Amino acid sequence: MYDFAYHKPSSVADAVKLLAADPDARPISGGQTLLPALKHRLNKPSSIVDLSGIAELKGIRREGDRLVIGALVKHHEVANSPEVKAAIPALAQMAGTIGDTQVRNRGTIGGSVANNDPAADYPAAVLGLGATVVTDKRRIAADDFFQGMFTTALEPGELLVAVEFPIPEKAGYAKMRNPASRYVMAGVFVARTKDGVRVAVNGAGPGVFRQAEMEQALAANWAPEAVAGVRQSPDGLNADIHGSAEYRAHLVTVMAKRAVASAG
Amino acid sequence: MPQVTLTVNGATHTVEVEGRTLLVELLREKLRLTGTHVGCDTSQCGACVVHVNGDSVKSCTLLALQADGAQITTIEGLARPDGTLHPMQEAFREYHALQCGFCTPGMVMSAIDLVQKHPGGLSEKEIREGLEGNLCRCTGYHNIVKAIAAAQDVMHGRRAELAPAAE
Amino acid sequence: MNVVAPFEGIGASVKRKEDLRFLSGRGQYTDDIDRPGQTYACILRSPHAHALIRGIDLAAAKAMPGVVAIFTGADMTGIGGLPCGWQIHNKDGSPMAEPPHPVLAQGKVRHVGDSVAVVIAGTRAQARDAAEAIEVDYEVLPAVATMEAALGAGAPRVHDGVEGNLCYDWHIGDPAVNAAAFRGAHKVVEFDLVNNRLIPNAMEPRAAVGDYDPTTGDYTLYTTSQNPHVIRLLMGAFVLQLPEHKLRVVAPDVGGGFGSKIFHYAEEAIVTWAAGKLARPVKWTADRTESFITDAHGRDHVTKARLALDKDGRFLALHVRTLANMGAYLSTFSTSVPTYLYATLLAGVYTTPTVYAEVKAVFTNTTPVDAYRGAGRPEATFLLERLVDVAAREMGMDRVEIRRRNFIPADAYPYQTPVALQYDSGDHVATLDEALKVAQWDSFEARRAEAKTRGKLRGIGISTYLEACGIAPSAVVGALGARAGLYEVGTIRVHPTGSVTVLTGTHSHGQGHETTLAQLVTDRLGVPLAQVDIVHGDTAKIPFGMGTYGSRSLAVGGSAMVKAMDKIVAKARKIAAHLLEASVEDVEFDRGTFRVAGTDRTKSWGEICLTAYVPHNYPIEEIEPGLEETAFYDPKNFTYPGGCHICEVEIDPETGHVDVVNFTAVDDVGRVINPMIVEGQVQGGVAQGIGQALLETAVYDENGQLLSASFMDYQMPRAGDLPPVSVATHATLCTHNPLGVKGCGEVGAIGSPPAVINAVVDALKEFGVRHIEMPATPAKIWNIIHADHKLAAE
Repeated sequence: MYDFAYHKPSSVADAVKLLAADPDARPISGGQTLLPALKHRLNKPSSIVDLSGIAELKGIRREGDRLVIGALVKHHEVANSPEVKAAIPALAQMAGTIGDTQVRNRGTIGGSVANNDPAADYPAAVLGLGATVVTDKRRIAADDFFQGMFTTALEPGELLVAVEFPIPEKAGYAKMRNPASRYVMAGVFVARTKDGVRVAVNGAGPGVFRQAEMEQALAANWAPEAVAGVRQSPDGLNADIHGSAEYRAHLVTVMAKRAVASAG
Repeated sequence: MPQVTLTVNGATHTVEVEGRTLLVELLREKLRLTGTHVGCDTSQCGACVVHVNGDSVKSCTLLALQADGAQITTIEGLARPDGTLHPMQEAFREYHALQCGFCTPGMVMSAIDLVQKHPGGLSEKEIREGLEGNLCRCTGYHNIVKAIAAAQDVMHGRRAELAPAAE
Repeated sequence: MNVVAPFEGIGASVKRKEDLRFLSGRGQYTDDIDRPGQTYACILRSPHAHALIRGIDLAAAKAMPGVVAIFTGADMTGIGGLPCGWQIHNKDGSPMAEPPHPVLAQGKVRHVGDSVAVVIAGTRAQARDAAEAIEVDYEVLPAVATMEAALGAGAPRVHDGVEGNLCYDWHIGDPAVNAAAFRGAHKVVEFDLVNNRLIPNAMEPRAAVGDYDPTTGDYTLYTTSQNPHVIRLLMGAFVLQLPEHKLRVVAPDVGGGFGSKIFHYAEEAIVTWAAGKLARPVKWTADRTESFITDAHGRDHVTKARLALDKDGRFLALHVRTLANMGAYLSTFSTSVPTYLYATLLAGVYTTPTVYAEVKAVFTNTTPVDAYRGAGRPEATFLLERLVDVAAREMGMDRVEIRRRNFIPADAYPYQTPVALQYDSGDHVATLDEALKVAQWDSFEARRAEAKTRGKLRGIGISTYLEACGIAPSAVVGALGARAGLYEVGTIRVHPTGSVTVLTGTHSHGQGHETTLAQLVTDRLGVPLAQVDIVHGDTAKIPFGMGTYGSRSLAVGGSAMVKAMDKIVAKARKIAAHLLEASVEDVEFDRGTFRVAGTDRTKSWGEICLTAYVPHNYPIEEIEPGLEETAFYDPKNFTYPGGCHICEVEIDPETGHVDVVNFTAVDDVGRVINPMIVEGQVQGGVAQGIGQALLETAVYDENGQLLSASFMDYQMPRAGDLPPVSVATHATLCTHNPLGVKGCGEVGAIGSPPAVINAVVDALKEFGVRHIEMPATPAKIWNIIHADHKLAAE
């Protein structure tokens, strides 16, 4: 890895100031994605801004019909949180399957959502639940936030502060892991809320996306059989040594069925 | 150069590091605690797992500076000063859960965290899933799983002594 | 000290002596070694599979902080290339093509990862920073990434002097006899298959530390090797031209090898040579990415086979044509793997009267390929055991019955095969019957039916195999082209108070020699295990040795120890006879006690040892003081482990995922010294076999870029991928070594892949699948179930 300066601010304001002052600065929270990339010298940040000392980015709280999770909350905290388990059990279950124990002990929701790796888990939950991404400047709807592979609506220097999840009536998540990396090969997050049904697909494509046909089918009949007959088109899906676009498209249907079946 | 102060196996150290120095590099090269190993560069093999403030963490995926102020335990810090092994170390020996020994420190550190976080006990399947972050090329995991299953009974006080491996 | 605890001897599952240091973080692996004044090497590697080097600009790199020196191939003139240890001859008797294998590239790179330059700097990071600043002007050439491409008309040549990229065109067996047998056949089964390319991935990446003392001219190399003496011989005599007495090679604790650490690698020569040039220690440690592209890969065969059968399903003849990938250069033992370690095993456990095998070894622009756990024998076994299953189905016969009908009967041993080997012992019916029982073969169909009610496809597969270990004898392998002797060396050093240090030329990198070999001493001499230490891995301490591979340590190295102990006992009896005032012929020795036969007059082991070193009352005219003996043991034959593996799988037809639900191994590894360690070896081998069958494969694109170049894309078996493995042994003893041992290191990886694939094919039988290439990944199986057969996803 290339060398860099290291800063550890204690407030969002200070962090934003550091990031604004240096366009080549990168924020780090858990670092479970950033550090491997740095080790392979894929990035050359001039400075690293460690967010872990910022108290206002921590904590899980219920606010009425919403669950607010601070950017620094680790995957293992979400997986084991009584508040999350009570409000959105599918979210806790999903967080408990991210990477491995050690990744979950360090990795954070803010880092995962801001990174928007197409094969990451959180983007499916955020999009599938229709969550709102809160930054130091504004509130961004999930539908507007994710903009394709590793791309989000975040502007340079803008800091993700929290994610606000509406509490659904039902939600479920199922995924097939890439056999080698154990990232998501194809995953589907389904949710039924008072505003309707949402289905988000991760892993299979170049970015997380909503599956409209499945949403319609589930709106009409919330049952695994309802999506069993809905085919995902392979057009534009990922293809690599682990599987073709057709295989991934097929898995989307299978995972959608399983997500609905598991929904609580 | 920036400085980092951390407590490793009960002893406090203040060390000069580069921004890019990883915790594992600090442990191995600055403190000469070479029991913690590096087996990959994609944060997958788990040979480098140590405990940071009680949680198992891949020390190759943590900057030394991120560990400032932390309590670290490495494989060297598990046995009691009189040499008595931790029940997990003892179980690995009893159940022949190691061969070349290279993955062993990380495997033991992960296994201890896994057992500690599951006071209700773990099934064979849960142990296997809990080892997702650790690769072993020698054992086929069969005996590692058995060792962890045996160690958890001692760690949770359900048995006074380790159940002996069947002959 | 003459009381022997019998549970520490041969047959006891004693806990391992080496474990305490590994469990306490006190192992001493190569990268753990720091020498005073040490520098760090980073090797600049080719990003191209095939390119000319038009120029290398070092100016910017040399100006980088901490740089001590930078060397390229131009600096390494007068240095030899990396040698190949086994010369194969073509069908026409001419020798194989053996192009040079430079330590650092000489004007051309031939695979991604080929070494171009070495930067030596004050820290690891500085060395890497500077390596990045080297500018190499490459002229990229078309590459041949596959054997098919390499053998095509007008294909680019990997080596200018090697026409058609053909290393050799070799054969074994009698083609005329073979062809005649096919003409008389009731049925001929034709079968093509691939043995997938694997990347060994020992958990410890390779590392090397070179050190040099300018006052004495002594070089020391610490390296992650399975055979330090062989490295000293190859590097000293062929590459650096250093005499043995000035070169010490130490292989300390080594974190797994599986074959990949047998070979002499360029980095060993680079750090040793550079340490001499700079008079400073030089350390190099691979990161995993380097391991993927520079550790020798394994397997990679493409085979066409034909099996002739009579109307009763008896095998009449086998004809095999195999292409074997050598990669870009000949690694140390690469050439022997697809010939004498593969084709000689094609009789398997069967009485096939004629076998004819033709093997072409091919250069490609890929990482060199060499021995990986099993080396040749897994390829032979996979071919045979898949072919037998296919033949059974096409003959309408039961899979078990066709095997029984063709087994070499237990009373036919010693058995001469048509492909050179003479098997000494085995009982294939016994291992088969026990495995069938343990695996509950007979009740399988009920389990299949039950799985179907859960929507799962269940299958069962079997493999009955035999392999050859303890590669030997020197005279035979020498006649076949080996450029080394294949004996082993053991020294038994008895100390004055009776404890024992053993110096062995074998090397332990996970096998537990410090325990198993000590058990031999405890068993024979009666010395408690705690008072026996095994020393290995240091050419300055051990007289000589050929190292550990091919499951040879006990069969060859253990036998050398037995010979040395025979000498110890012979001498000790003379001392005892003197003290007991008896004739030597009357003195008996049994585990720690010397006794005048038929009397109660005895001397203890301790008394004799002390007398040997305090020879006040001693037969000094007849024998010298001291009690230390060395033996070199050259085996009379290979050993022949074998057995039966049974695998049971369940497939999720929706995802194609294969779950291995049961695995049974019943192996004949000869006499078992430590059952606990044998079981561990088999379990580990089976894990690698399941890995090959279901998970692992090296994939290159057409330009020679390795696509599966990290754990992100190369699927290592994790705990959740593997089942518990049931292991049992059934021993027939090796008849030609003093311990009756055969070897257990490779059986797991040899017997298991065909058992797994046979189970997968069985599970998919309703789809008419004849074969599925390894690894049987979910995507591949899904294609079979859905795409090929146009079944609905439901």
